[in-house]
Amino acid sequence: MTLHDFTATRRTFLAGAGLVIGVAIAPRFLSAAPTGVPAGGAGDLKPMNAFVKIGTDDTVTVLSKHIEFGQGPFTGLATLVAEELDAEWSQMRAVHSPTDNKIYANLAFGLQGTGGSSSIANAYEQMRKAGATARAMLVAAAAAEWKVPAAEITVEKGRIKHAASGKESGFGAFADKAASQTPPADPKLKDPKDFVLIGRDLPKLDTREKTNGTAIFTLDIMPDRLLTAVVAHPKHFGAVVKSFDDTDARKVMGVVDVKKIAQGIAVYGENTFAALKGRDALRIEWDLSKAETRSSAELAAEYVRHFDEPGLEATNTGDVAAAFRQQGLQTVEAQIVFPFLAHAPMEPLDAVFIKAADGSVDIYNGAQFPGFDQQVAAKILALDETKVRVNTQLAGGSFGRKAQFGSPYMQEAASVYAAIGGDRPLKHMWTREDDIQGGFYRPMYAHKMRGAIDADGRITAWEQIIVGQSIMAKADLDSTSVEGASNLPYRIPNLKVTSHNVTLPIPPLWWRSVGHTHTGFAVETFVDELLTRVGRDPVDGRLALLDPASRHAGVLRKAAEMSDWGATPAEGRARGVAVVESFGSFVAQVAEVSVGPDGAPRVHKVWCAVDCGVAVNPNIIKAQMEGGIGYGLGAVLFDAVTLGKGGRIMQSNFHDYRSIRINEMPDVAVEIIRSTEKPTGVGEPGVPPIGPAVANAWRKLTNAPVRQLPIVSIMSS
Amino acid sequence: MVTFTLNGKERTFDGDPDTPLLWVIRDFEKLTGTKYGCGVAQCGACTVHLDGMPRRSCITPIATIDGSDVVTIEGISGKEAEAVQTAWTGLDVPQCGYCQSGQIMSAVALLQMVPNPTDDEIDGAMTGNLCRCATYHRIRAAIHNAANSMEG
Ligand code: FES
Ligand code: FES
Repeated sequence: MTLHDFTATRRTFLAGAGLVIGVAIAPRFLSAAPTGVPAGGAGDLKPMNAFVKIGTDDTVTVLSKHIEFGQGPFTGLATLVAEELDAEWSQMRAVHSPTDNKIYANLAFGLQGTGGSSSIANAYEQMRKAGATARAMLVAAAAAEWKVPAAEITVEKGRIKHAASGKESGFGAFADKAASQTPPADPKLKDPKDFVLIGRDLPKLDTREKTNGTAIFTLDIMPDRLLTAVVAHPKHFGAVVKSFDDTDARKVMGVVDVKKIAQGIAVYGENTFAALKGRDALRIEWDLSKAETRSSAELAAEYVRHFDEPGLEATNTGDVAAAFRQQGLQTVEAQIVFPFLAHAPMEPLDAVFIKAADGSVDIYNGAQFPGFDQQVAAKILALDETKVRVNTQLAGGSFGRKAQFGSPYMQEAASVYAAIGGDRPLKHMWTREDDIQGGFYRPMYAHKMRGAIDADGRITAWEQIIVGQSIMAKADLDSTSVEGASNLPYRIPNLKVTSHNVTLPIPPLWWRSVGHTHTGFAVETFVDELLTRVGRDPVDGRLALLDPASRHAGVLRKAAEMSDWGATPAEGRARGVAVVESFGSFVAQVAEVSVGPDGAPRVHKVWCAVDCGVAVNPNIIKAQMEGGIGYGLGAVLFDAVTLGKGGRIMQSNFHDYRSIRINEMPDVAVEIIRSTEKPTGVGEPGVPPIGPAVANAWRKLTNAPVRQLPIVSIMSS
Repeated sequence: MVTFTLNGKERTFDGDPDTPLLWVIRDFEKLTGTKYGCGVAQCGACTVHLDGMPRRSCITPIATIDGSDVVTIEGISGKEAEAVQTAWTGLDVPQCGYCQSGQIMSAVALLQMVPNPTDDEIDGAMTGNLCRCATYHRIRAAIHNAANSMEG
C-alpha cells in the first residue's frame, strides 16, 4: 500500500463509508451475546486508520485483514502495530477486519485473503505504518491540547509524555481528538535495532479465550430460531442425484424440510441432531454416468505411463540427455507415488446466515478469501454485493482448505440457505465424513527421478518428471506442481524438470505447503540416496552441493549442530535429515527414528532450524514449526484418501484417515537463525522437511527407500 | 424426560432420546465450549466430565445419562482445572484452539486421578484427543507444568 492509498483509506472512513462500523461480533438478537476473542477493546473505539482503533479505555484494537486459524496473525499483526505505536502489550487487542478486497487486500495477492504463509511478510511494513500513523496522530492531538511542540512529545509503553511541562497521558484520553488529526504523509518507521516488542515472546492475544471455552467459532453462533442443515453428498466424485425418497427423513423428530440442491440433498432440522438423523434416513439413488470410477491404483498406473511422453518443461539447464550418455556412469532411478490428502481441519466447514430487517444478509464463516465468499453468496442469494456482509470468524484450522477460488463451499452453503428461503437464520455444516470425502485434496502425484554419478563420484545430472493435477487448473505449466524441484538448490550441472497435467473430476487444492508437500519429499529423499551411493555423509554431501553462503546451508549447519549430527544415535535408532525452502523461509530438520513395536516408524526426536528473516514473535515461529512437523508427520506416516474399486471413496472419518496422536508426537527442538532479512512466513514451511527426514532415517534402518506414501501403506501391501 | 445436572444446575430434556449429549449441550443449552469434531468418539473435541469421568459426549445418548452430573469446560473448577488452564496459558498451547476444550477436559480429569502423571500416563489419558494443529508437544509440557504447580 502506498502512502497515498493510506491517506485515501482514512478519508474513506471519515466519509463514513461504513467500513469499520459494526465490527462487534454478533448481531444484537443472538440469544446469548457471545463473548470471546473478536470483541476487541471495550467502550468507544476511534478509528485512526483502517487497521487501528484506539478506545477511550486505552485499548488498541488491531483489525486483522488475515483470518486467525492458529498461525498467529492476530498476535503478529498487533505486535507490528504496537511496536511503532509504542504501546504496552497488555493494551493490545485484535479482531478480524471487515471484508474489503481493496483496503484489506493481501498485498501479495491483490485481494483480501490469507495463505501462502504471507501474513507477516505482506503486512510487515503496512502494519508498522498503521501503528506509526496512529502514534503521530496521538502526538499531534496531545501537542495541540498541551500547546507544546509535537517534537518534544515522547511515547513509551502506552504513555504520551511531555517532559518539560510534566504532562502525561494514556492513549484513551486523546483517542477522539487523534482520530480527527490529518495522518502524516510519511510516518517514520523505527530502525530494527530499536525494536522493543518485535522479536520478543509476547503472549498470544487469543490464548485465554481458547483455554476457557469462550472463543467463538462459526459453529458456535447460535441466533434464536436457528435452523441447522446438512447435505447428503455422493460417495463418488462427479456423481449427481438420480432420485431420492425423503419419506422417512421427514418423519424424524425435528426435521423441518428436505430440498434437492446441485450438490446433493439438504436436510433442515430444528437442531443439529435432527438434521443428521434425517440425513441418515434419506434414500438416494446416484447417477454415476459422469463420475470418476477408476480406483487410486488404476489412476497410479495411468500416471506412470506419462513418464515416457514429452512433458511441460519447468527447468532445463546444461544438457541432461548428453550427461546421461557419458561413459562410466552410475545411474540411480526412483519412482514415488503420493496419495490424495484431505486437510481435515479440526472444525469442519460451516457457515451461518442471518437475514437483517432490510433484507441484507450477514454471513459468519471462517472466510479465508472473504471477498470471493461475498461475491458467490450475493449471486446465489440474488442480492447486491453490498447487501451481503461476510463476518470472518475464528476457524478451527484450515491448512489451505478454506482458500478457494470461486468459493465452492460457499456455493453449497448459500444454495442451502437460498433453497429454503424464509427469515430464519441458518447454519450449514459439514460433518467429518463430508470433510474427508469432500475432495479439494492435495492431489495425487507420481514422480520419476533419474540421477547420474560420474566415475569421480560427482552427481552430474538430475532429471525429474512430475505427473498430477494442476491445482491452478492450468493447461500449461503449473508452477505449484514443480516448485521446490524446478528451483533445486543443489548445484548439479545438468538439470531437467518436466511435468504433466492430469485432469480428473476430483477437485484439487493446495494443502499446507502446496507443491513442497511432494517435491520436498522427492528431492530430499533422492539427493540422500545419491549421496549414499557416492559414499557421502547426508549433511556434508548436501553442504558440498549448496552455496556455502546460502540460507539453505545456514539452517542445515544449524540443525546438524543442534542434533550433534556426528554422534552415534542410541541402539536401534537412525537419523535422517532434510532441508527445504518454501514461501521464502528455510527449514532444516533432523529426525531420529526407530522401528516401532508395530513395525512402523517411531519418531523420537526432531531438531529443527528455521530462517524466516526477522523473527517477529519467536514463540509463534516455534509453535508453527512444532505444529508443521506434527501435521506433516501424520500425513507421511498414515494418511491417504483412496478410491476403491469403482471409484468409491474409501475413507470417511478419523478412524481410517488417521491423525497423529500425542503418543506419536516426537519431542521437538527448534532454533531460529538470527536475521535482518524481511520476515517471511512460518505457517507452512515447517511441513515439507519432516517427511523426507523420516524417510531418510527409515532407509538407513531398513535399507528400503520409501517409494510410496503413506509409509504404513508399505507395511500393509 | 431426562433429568441431569449441567455445571451444577438441574436441567431436563424431553426431545429425541437418541440425541447425543453433545448436541443437547450445544443446541439446547447453548454452551458452545464443547466442540464437534468427528461424532464417532475418534477426536475428543466433545469431551465432558460425566460423573467425574471424561466422556465423549458425541456418542452418549441423552437417554443414558438420566440422573448424571455433567461438567463442561464452562463449569470446571478446582485446583486441577486452575493449574491446567494456567499452564496452558503460560505455554500458549492453543493454535486454532478448536480442540482445546476437549484437551483441557481430558487433562483435568487425568490430574484429578493421577496428580503427577508420567509421560506414559499422559499418553494413555490424552491419545483420544486429536489436535490437527499438533500442539501435542506443548500439551505434554503443560500437563507436567500443571502437575508441578500443584505440588508446590
Ligand atoms: S466429536 Fe466426539 S470424539 Fe470427536
Ligand atoms: S489447536 Fe487446532 S486442533 Fe488443536
